[in-house]
Amino acid sequence: MDIISFVKRVPTTTTIVSIKDQQLDPQGVEYVMNPYDEFAVEEALKLRDEAGSGSVLAVSLSDGAAQKELRTALAMGADEALLLNNAEAGNIDCMTTARALADSIQGRNFDLLLFGKQAVDRDQHGVGPAVATILGVPCITEVVKLTVEGDKVIAEREVEGARETLEASLPCAITCQKGLNEPRRASLKGIMAAKKKPLETREVELAGPSMEIVEMALPPKRPAGRMVGEGAAAVPALIDALRGEAKVL
Amino acid sequence: MSNILVILESRDGALRPVSLETLGAARQLADARGSQVLAVATEQGTYDAAALGAAGADKVLVADATAHSADGAAATTARVAKEQNCNLVMAASTVRGRDLGARVAALMGGGLAADCIAMDFADAASPTFTRPVYAGKAELKVRLANGVGVATLRGNFFAPAGRSSEAAVENIAAEAGKAHVSGISAQSSGRPDVAEANRVVAGGRGLGSADNWHMLESLADALGAGLGASRAVVDAGWRPHSEQVGQTGKTVAPELYFACGISGAIQHLAGMRGSKVIVAINKDADAPIFQHATFGIVGDVHEVLPALTEALAAVPS
Repeated sequence: MDIISFVKRVPTTTTIVSIKDQQLDPQGVEYVMNPYDEFAVEEALKLRDEAGSGSVLAVSLSDGAAQKELRTALAMGADEALLLNNAEAGNIDCMTTARALADSIQGRNFDLLLFGKQAVDRDQHGVGPAVATILGVPCITEVVKLTVEGDKVIAEREVEGARETLEASLPCAITCQKGLNEPRRASLKGIMAAKKKPLETREVELAGPSMEIVEMALPPKRPAGRMVGEGAAAVPALIDALRGEAKVL
Repeated sequence: MSNILVILESRDGALRPVSLETLGAARQLADARGSQVLAVATEQGTYDAAALGAAGADKVLVADATAHSADGAAATTARVAKEQNCNLVMAASTVRGRDLGARVAALMGGGLAADCIAMDFADAASPTFTRPVYAGKAELKVRLANGVGVATLRGNFFAPAGRSSEAAVENIAAEAGKAHVSGISAQSSGRPDVAEANRVVAGGRGLGSADNWHMLESLADALGAGLGASRAVVDAGWRPHSEQVGQTGKTVAPELYFACGISGAIQHLAGMRGSKVIVAINKDADAPIFQHATFGIVGDVHEVLPALTEALAAVPS
């Protein structure tokens, strides 16, 4: 099974966001592979190994820095990596990203495209289904359970208040949700092996932006709250506050 | 000026209420533009012309598909957008809506602004959308290039129009899709989903063990609330990921949020800080959650929660 897994370099989820020049101030920020992309890489490795043949290609679009995250994918077990470079890549919208990613794999054979369901920086949830749409392949999003039997793909996802089962055929795109698997940690052996695996770097052009950022700001501050008391004895005061003051009961 | 197309979401043939909120937002923008709000239902179901008209729709186009197919629904929507002169498509920011939004934006050759919480239409031709990023640690104001593309709107941030007008309902042909929903099973708890609930009761490590969750469930049921959980208890296997609130979980903004035995890690705060009223109950008076709470009680959740549940039973609703 030939699988392409897409990886984005993002700030860790513990990052405290501060803003400089209408962007995230990178000072002191630690970057990692997008957590949802770890599920995508893990699922790719699992499916390749179950099939007993094929390869896993990890692809990332960045301003050059994502080499580290691609090495992580290689250390986990991916066979090769493709780094797409553009100096503006850190600040483009998801549809522009999707067009560049789709272009980069045009003409390449694949059975599955695996994405994280969202990147934890811009939170658009857009790249996976957009790439699939551009390439004309079916896509199932936010998958928590995936079964591939021959050409048939059966996937489950959690929608608001229910669980859906979806079916499609290969080639197909999947976006991965937490719960799909437990991503492996790269072993020392894997890290050593990764240094010898092929990592191609390619400069890419980007189409004009399809969205413009007017402003980036911190969210409005919450009004100061107050303590209503200690222990179970404070319950009547809390209920009074919720009814009288906040009017939510 | 261009019309606006809203994608209606239904389940088991019934319209989902969050779609009415999206219609209301579209109505406001269309009135500023002097244009129309069209709605597309991508599968067959019961669509009430009076309710849809009241929420903001001028015309509703119901496709003859019998099961949800995201690629089919996206193709139908993009076709209708073109036929009906709509350069902006709106949908609710649900699992299905986010999925469809990206596909329709790709088919339109436009942009995508997902999960928007506010809209400024001083320039009605190309409105400015506010959308949280980094799970709510920051907000972007964005505009779609030339006003073309898709905006998905978060639930509980917009309201149906509330006008007295009936929508025209027409049937249209659906485009075929390659992937489709073959089964759907509702959650059996009977509680609202945490992402959509108007009230949320969330628990963390302070509950002590998974066995103590009945205390949270009783409080949730007394309030008609959805259940939420911190990442720590989801990672510990106490609760399913579908209940996780915060970065790598769900972002919620209910009217009332109870954080019980949750210390307030930055990832959790990001996912719930948009809640209108936050109640924190924690035995550690120095827990960061108290800096974000509207009301705080310092105390052991094992004592406070049962007392709270009991007291709520006496509150007239």
